[in-house]
Amino acid sequence: MKTHVSTVVNGDAVEFLCSPSDTLLHALRNEIGLTGTKEGCGSGDCGACSVMLDGALVCSCLVLGVEAQGSQVETIEGIAHQDKLHVIQEKFLEHAALQCGICTPGLIVSTKALLEENPAPTEEEARYYLAGNLCRCTGYDKIIKAVMDAADVMRQGA
Amino acid sequence: MSEAREYQHIGQRTIRPDGFDKVTGKANYGADLSIPGMIWGAILRSPHAHAKITSLDVSEAEAHPDVFAVATYQDFPSVNAEAVAAGTARKDLFDTAANVLADTKVLYHGHAIAAVAARTEAAAQAALELIQVAYEVLDPVLTIDAAIKDGAALLHDNMMTQGLLEPASAASNIAARMELKKGDIDLGFEAADIIVERSYETPTVHQGYIEPHATTVRFDDNGPSMIWCPTQGHFDVRARVAQLLNMELGQIKVVASEIGGGFGGKTTVYLEPVALILSKKSGRPVKMTMSREDVFRASGPASASQSKVKIGAKSDGTITAMQASLHYEAGAFKGSPMGPGCMTIFTPYDVENMYVEGFDVVVNKPKAAAYRAPGAPQAEFAAEMAVNELASKLGMDPIDLRLKNAAKEGTQTIYGPKLKTVGLEACLLAAKSSPHYQSTLQENAGRGLAAGFWFNIGGQSSVMIHLNPDGTGSIIEGSPDIGGSRASMQMMAAEVLGVSPSTLNPIVADTEHVAYNQTTGGSRTTFATGMAVIEAAEDIVDQLKARAAELWNVTPEQVDYKNGVAYNLSSDERLSLAEICAKAEKTGGQITGRANINARGAGPSFAVHLCDVQVDPETGKTDVLRYTAIQDAGKAIHPSYVEGQFQGGAVQGIGWALNEEYVYSADGVMENAGFLDYRIPLASDLPEIETIIVEVPNSFHPFGVRGVGETGIVPPLAAVGTAVSEAIGLPITSLPCSPPKLLELIMKRG
Ligand code: FES
Ligand code: FES
Repeated sequence: MKTHVSTVVNGDAVEFLCSPSDTLLHALRNEIGLTGTKEGCGSGDCGACSVMLDGALVCSCLVLGVEAQGSQVETIEGIAHQDKLHVIQEKFLEHAALQCGICTPGLIVSTKALLEENPAPTEEEARYYLAGNLCRCTGYDKIIKAVMDAADVMRQGA
Repeated sequence: MSEAREYQHIGQRTIRPDGFDKVTGKANYGADLSIPGMIWGAILRSPHAHAKITSLDVSEAEAHPDVFAVATYQDFPSVNAEAVAAGTARKDLFDTAANVLADTKVLYHGHAIAAVAARTEAAAQAALELIQVAYEVLDPVLTIDAAIKDGAALLHDNMMTQGLLEPASAASNIAARMELKKGDIDLGFEAADIIVERSYETPTVHQGYIEPHATTVRFDDNGPSMIWCPTQGHFDVRARVAQLLNMELGQIKVVASEIGGGFGGKTTVYLEPVALILSKKSGRPVKMTMSREDVFRASGPASASQSKVKIGAKSDGTITAMQASLHYEAGAFKGSPMGPGCMTIFTPYDVENMYVEGFDVVVNKPKAAAYRAPGAPQAEFAAEMAVNELASKLGMDPIDLRLKNAAKEGTQTIYGPKLKTVGLEACLLAAKSSPHYQSTLQENAGRGLAAGFWFNIGGQSSVMIHLNPDGTGSIIEGSPDIGGSRASMQMMAAEVLGVSPSTLNPIVADTEHVAYNQTTGGSRTTFATGMAVIEAAEDIVDQLKARAAELWNVTPEQVDYKNGVAYNLSSDERLSLAEICAKAEKTGGQITGRANINARGAGPSFAVHLCDVQVDPETGKTDVLRYTAIQDAGKAIHPSYVEGQFQGGAVQGIGWALNEEYVYSADGVMENAGFLDYRIPLASDLPEIETIIVEVPNSFHPFGVRGVGETGIVPPLAAVGTAVSEAIGLPITSLPCSPPKLLELIMKRG
C-alpha cells in the first residue's frame, strides 16, 4: 500500500506516493525527479544524500519518505537562485573544491547548515562538522579552504 | 622552449566549464537516468567464497508475473572456445563473462550468479529469492600463503603458471611469474658494505569512489542499443559488451554519464552486459545499481601484496644492488598489476644491478581492478621503507641518500627504455628546501619521506573542434572527465586559438559522436587527449589562415595568426577569429578542426612526499600532523586541479597506510563491507595537504605536460609508514598501521 505524501521541497508544494519503507532519498530521486541529491552508501555513512528537513541537516537515506509529510525540505536544487549561485557554490568552484563532484551536493548542503549554525567556524570546527561527508577525490584540503572563504564572505555580507 | 614561453591561459585557475551543473545538482551521474517504460534489474550473489554450482534453477523466478527476464552465464552467446580460437573473441573474455555472471563455480563471496529484471526495484530483489542454487562448498583460499602452499584448493582446475623457466606440469593458483633484471645482482651484493633485507605486506583495499556502479540500458534490434553508465572508458565498455553479446561495435552506443570517481575501478564492466541481456530478453529499458555493500564485495579492490626486498650499498651511500620478489593477489581471476609493480619498484634509482621477480596469485576475493598507479604503491612501499632503513643505518639524510642514487636523464630502467628528462632530482631538492623539511619536528613525533614513480601513458585520442558563425565553438572529445579535464581541454584549445576559454564548450561525446578514445587512466587524458585538442586547434588555425587569405586574395603564407587575430602580412588588414567565422559562408562553409592521434612520448612523473605523525601510546591511533606532496607536473595546465590530484592521491595513500583494509572471516566473508567499518579518511582526520608543483617540461608535449593523476598515491605508504616507525621506534613491515596493530607493537616493545 502506498501512502500519499504532501510536502514542500525548495519552496514548491509537492505530492508523491511512497511505500512505507521508501526513504526520502528514494522519493526525491525517483518520485519527484530531483536527482541532485546523491546516494553513496544508503546507510548514513557518506553524507552524499544530505538535505535539510525542517531546518535540520539529515541524511535523506535514513529518513522515511512518509516523514516528509507536512514538512519543509531543502535540497541542493534549492540553493542557487536561478542562475545566481550561492556564495558557498561560488567558493567551491573558485577553490576547485570538487573533482568528480559526486560528494559536492551533500557537502554544499552541509556547509550551508554549518554556516547557519556557526558563521565563524575555526578550521577544526569545519573539519569536524563536515566529517560526515565523505570525499574520496580531493583530500578535503580545497573543500575546507572554500568553506572558510565562504564563511568570511558571508560574514562580511551579513 | 617550453620554460620560456608566456601563456595567456595555461597556468591560470579558471572556473571549470562543468562546474555550474556540479554545484547545483544538475549534472547527471550513473544512477540519475530513468527512461519511460524502464524496469529494474537485481543480481543474486554468492553466499560462499568458493563453491561449485551443482544446479541453478531460475524457472520459478521466470514464471513470476512481476518478472520480465532472467539472465545467467548461459546467455552469453559468444563466450565459447570456438570464438576464441577463431580470433573473434579475446581470451580474457571468459574471465570477464564468468566474473559478471558465474559459470560453473563461484569464486568469492558476493560473486554474481544470476540476474532478474522486474517491474520495480523491490520486486526484482524479491524475485531473487525464487532462484534455486545448489552448491558444493570448497575451501576458501584467502591469502597468498594459503594459495601457494602445497595441496591448496585450486580456484581454476586448468590454470597453468605462465612465465616459468620450465613449462608448468600441474595446475596452480599462481597465474603467472615474471622477472626483470639488469647488471649482475650477485656482483652488486658482493660490492656492498651494508645490506638491508626485509619483508613487507599490504592489505586488500578499495578505490572507494563515492558513486556506486549503475547503468541504464535499452536494447534495440533496429538501431544501436544504448548503454548509459559512469565509466572511465565508454569505448572499452562498448568493446567488451559487443564481444560478450556477439554484437558489432556499431550496434552499441555507450553514453558516459558524469562519473563519481573511479581511480581505475571504473575501467571494466560489471552491470552493463548483464543489463543489456535483461533488456534484450524483456524488450524494455533496464536500470541496475549496486549497493555500497555490492561495491565492496564485488568490484574494485586493489591487490594485497607480499614483498621481499634486499638492498646493498657502499658505506658512502652508493647503492650497488636492489632485489625484490613480489607477490600480488589477483582476486578470483588472473591479472593483478604485478607487471607494473615489478617495473616501477626501483625506477627512482640509478643502480647498476637489479633483479625483480613477480607472481600473480589467484585467491577467493573479488577480481582486482586498477587503482591509481596500479601495482606501484605496494611495490614502492617496500622499496622506499628499505631505502629509509638503509639511510638510517648509514646515518645519512634520506634525501641525500636518494640524491646520490637518483634516476635521471639517461638512466637505464629495468623494463627497457632509458629515461628521458625527468624531475626526480628537482623534486628531492624542492623537498629539501621546503618549509616542511626545514621545520623542527614536534616532540614525540616521527617524520617520513618517500619517493614515487609512475610511467604515465599516451595512446589514442580523437577530438573535433567546431566553430560557430559567431566564433564560439565546441570541443568534442571522448575522455570521460573524472576530475576537471574539461577545464584543461578548454584552456589548451583557447591558448592555441587565442580566444577566451569560456567561448569554447568542451563536450564528452558518446561513442557515436567522436572516434575512438582510450580509457581515462594511466594519467593520459591531459597529456594525450590534450595533445589531440592542441592538434585540432592547430588544424583550425591553418583553416583560419586559409580563409583569411581567400578573403584578402593572398596566399595562406602571407597570413599570420596570433592571439585570435589573422594578419595580412602584405597590408595592415586584420580579421579576428569571430570575423572569419562570420564570413565562413563565403569561403566554403563553417569550420571544423580535427585530430586523431596515437600519442607517444608520455613523460614519467616522479614525486616526493613528507609526512609528520604522532602516535597515541594509549590507543595506537596515529595523527597526521603535517603533510607535503611534491611532484613533477611537467607543466601544470590548471594548477588547482594539479594540486587536487596531488592531494587526493596523498590522502588515499594515507588511508591505505593507516586504516583501510578488507577484513575477512575464516570462511571468506568480508566483514567490513560499508563505509562505517571500511574507514576512508574524513575531513577531521587530516591536516592541510601542502603541495609543491615542480615543472620539468616533457619535451614530447607542446606545452610540456606530464600526467599527474597517479604518482601521488605511490609515496604516501612509505612516507607514513616511516613516520610511524620513527614515532614508535619500531620497524613497520605491514600495513595498515591501524590502532590495534600499533598498540600491539607498542605493548610488546614495553
Ligand atoms: S547515501 Fe545517505 S549517507 Fe550515504
Ligand atoms: S569530488 Fe569526488 S568524491 Fe568528492
